[in-house]
Amino acid sequence: MPVTRLLLIGYGNPGRGDDGLGPALAERMSGRNLPGLTVEIDYQLTVDHAALIATHDAVVFADAAMELGMPYRLTQVEGTPQALGSHQVTPEAALHLAWLLYGRSVPGWVLAIGGEAFGEVQEGLSAVALSNLHLAEQFLAGWIRQAVRAA
Amino acid sequence: MAETRLIEISPVTRVEGHGKVTIHLDAEGRVDEARLHIVEFRGFERFIRGRLMWEVPVIVQRLCGICPVSHHLASAKAMDQIVGVDVLPPTAEKMRRLMHYGQVMQSHVLHFFHLSAPDLLFGFGAPAEKRNIFEVIRENPTLGLRAVQMRKFGQEIIEATAGKKIHGTGAIPGGINRNLPVEVRDRFLGQVEEMLVWAQDALALARGYVESHADMVAGFGTFPSSHMSLVREGDGALDLYHGRLRALDAGGAPIFDMVDYRDYHKHLIEDVRSWSYMKFPFIRALGAEDGWYRVGPLARMNTASFIDTPLANAAHGALRAFSGGLNHSTLANHWARMIEVVHCVEKIRELLQDPDLQGSDLVAKGERRFEGIGVIEAPRGNLIHHYRVDENDQVTFCNLIVSTTHNNEGMNRAVKAVAVQHLSSQPKITEGMLNHVEVAIRAYDPCLSCATHALGQMPLQVEIVDAAGAVIDRAGQCL
Ligand code: NI
Repeated sequence: MPVTRLLLIGYGNPGRGDDGLGPALAERMSGRNLPGLTVEIDYQLTVDHAALIATHDAVVFADAAMELGMPYRLTQVEGTPQALGSHQVTPEAALHLAWLLYGRSVPGWVLAIGGEAFGEVQEGLSAVALSNLHLAEQFLAGWIRQAVRAA
Repeated sequence: MAETRLIEISPVTRVEGHGKVTIHLDAEGRVDEARLHIVEFRGFERFIRGRLMWEVPVIVQRLCGICPVSHHLASAKAMDQIVGVDVLPPTAEKMRRLMHYGQVMQSHVLHFFHLSAPDLLFGFGAPAEKRNIFEVIRENPTLGLRAVQMRKFGQEIIEATAGKKIHGTGAIPGGINRNLPVEVRDRFLGQVEEMLVWAQDALALARGYVESHADMVAGFGTFPSSHMSLVREGDGALDLYHGRLRALDAGGAPIFDMVDYRDYHKHLIEDVRSWSYMKFPFIRALGAEDGWYRVGPLARMNTASFIDTPLANAAHGALRAFSGGLNHSTLANHWARMIEVVHCVEKIRELLQDPDLQGSDLVAKGERRFEGIGVIEAPRGNLIHHYRVDENDQVTFCNLIVSTTHNNEGMNRAVKAVAVQHLSSQPKITEGMLNHVEVAIRAYDPCLSCATHALGQMPLQVEIVDAAGAVIDRAGQCL
C-alpha cells in the first residue's frame, strides 16, 4: 500500500441465505463508485479470478463467515498452494495461481463477514447478517479510501 | 490409517452441497459394500412455489453456484411452453445455444484441467502434495495458461448472452432479451480459432491418456449400463440444447427413442431408497432393478448417431472405433468431455458467423398453457425442469431431475467396483487408495451443489466401517 488498482471480489450464493453476504457487500461497494476500485461478484472463487487478480495491485476477498464471533474481520492472506476443492479455490490458492501463471505477487486480504443462516434455499440476509454487512461496509469504505491513492 | 485432512469452513463457506462415501469392510478386511450418499435437494419446491413464472429463469440460478446457466436455460425452455411457444425466433434460439455452448465448454475445461489433470498426469496414488493443479502448472505452465484463457472465453460468452455472472437474465419465457452486437461478435471471432486449436490439443491429451492406459481404464469402474440423453430429432445427432430422448441398453439397442421429453414421466420413474435421501431414477420399461442408466458426456457419445461438426465428429468416430461399440468405462468420460469441448468451440464459431445473432426479433408469443417441461443436456448430463403455473402466473408445482441424480446408481456402481479393487484386504488403507475412489466419482463430475442443499462440513467425506459397524476411519476429501 498505497495502491492504484484495488480489486474487490465478493462471492457466495444469495440463494443460500447469509452465504450471500459477499455479493451483497460487493453490490454496495460498487454503488459507491470509489476511484481505483474494481468490483467483481461471483458465486464462488474460481481459477478464472487469478487472471483478474494479476491485473491489480491488491485484492480484497469478501466472504460470509460462520461462527466468526465478531461482525467482520479483515485478515491479510498470502498465496499458498492449497488444494482445489469442488469447483472452487481458496483466496490463498487464487493468489498463488496469479503468481504461478502470471508472475504477479499480489497482496490479498480476506474480509470475513459474520452470518448465521446458511444452507437453506432462501433469498435474503438474516437480521444479524444485515447489521454486520452495514458495519463491514462502513469499515471497508474507509479502509479503501486510505489504501487507494490516485494514480 | 489414512491421515485426516481438515478443510477449514470459516470464513470460506463455499460448500453448497455435501456427499459421503461409506465403505464397509468385513471381518477379513474385504470391501463388503461401498456407497456414495448425496443428500437430496430439499427446500427447492418451497423456494419456487408461488413465484411468478417470469422470474423463474432468473431465480433458479440460485439453486446452484456451479451450474447456474444450466438451470437458467432448462427453466426458460419450460416457460416457453407456458407462454405457448414451441418454436423460438432464430435469434433467440441461437443466442441461447451460444450461451449453452459457452457454458459447457468452460465447465468441461475447468473439470479437465483443474480437477482431473493432476490425477491423470501424476497417478491416482501419487502423494497429495504432488497431485494438485499447482504441480501441473509448474511442470506445464502453457497448459495452465490455456486452461484459464479457455475458461475466460466461455465465461465471456455467457456474460454476452446471459448478462451478469451471478444473475443472468438473457433467456426469458418465449425468447431472449438481447442480441449480440457486432463489436462483441468480432472480439470472439478474433479468439475462436485459437480456442479451437487448444481444444484439439486438450482432446489429444485426453484421448492419449485413455489409449495409453487402455488396460487400466478397462478395469477401473467399467461396467455395462444403459445410457440416456437428448439427441437431435430425426437424425439422432448430438444436440446439447434441444432434441428428443434416447435411451440405449448396454448392447446399444434402443430402449426408447425419439421420445418427446414432455413425456419423460412415462418413461422414467423416480425411486427413493432408505439409505440415501437422493432419488434413484430408473427406466420404467426395465424396472427398478435393471432400469438404471448413466448420463453425461460419455453417455452422449454412446447415444449420439454422429456429431454435426467435423472435428468433433471425427473424434467421435475414433472413440467409437476404440471402444468397438458402446463405451462403459468411467474414465472414458474424460475423452468424451474433450470431444464435447471441440464440438462446442466449432458450434460457437458457426454461430458467430451467423447474422441471425444480430437479429431483432427476440421473443415469440403463443396461447397460454399451464404446464411446461424444459430439458437440456447440461455439462454433467440430462437436466429436467418441470413446472405448473396457474392463471395468476404463479408456480404451483415443480419437479427437477438433475444430472447427478440420474447418475446416482452409476456412480455407486463405480465406487463399489473401485473400492473392491483397490481397498479390499489391504493391511493399511492409505490416502492414495482412497483417492482411487474419488477419481471414480470425479470422472462423473457430480454437482453436489445441484443435488443437495444441506451445508456440510466437507464436500465429500469418506467413512470406513468395520465388520462390527464401528467407524474406523474418516477422511475429508476435496472432490
Ligand atoms: Ni449444479
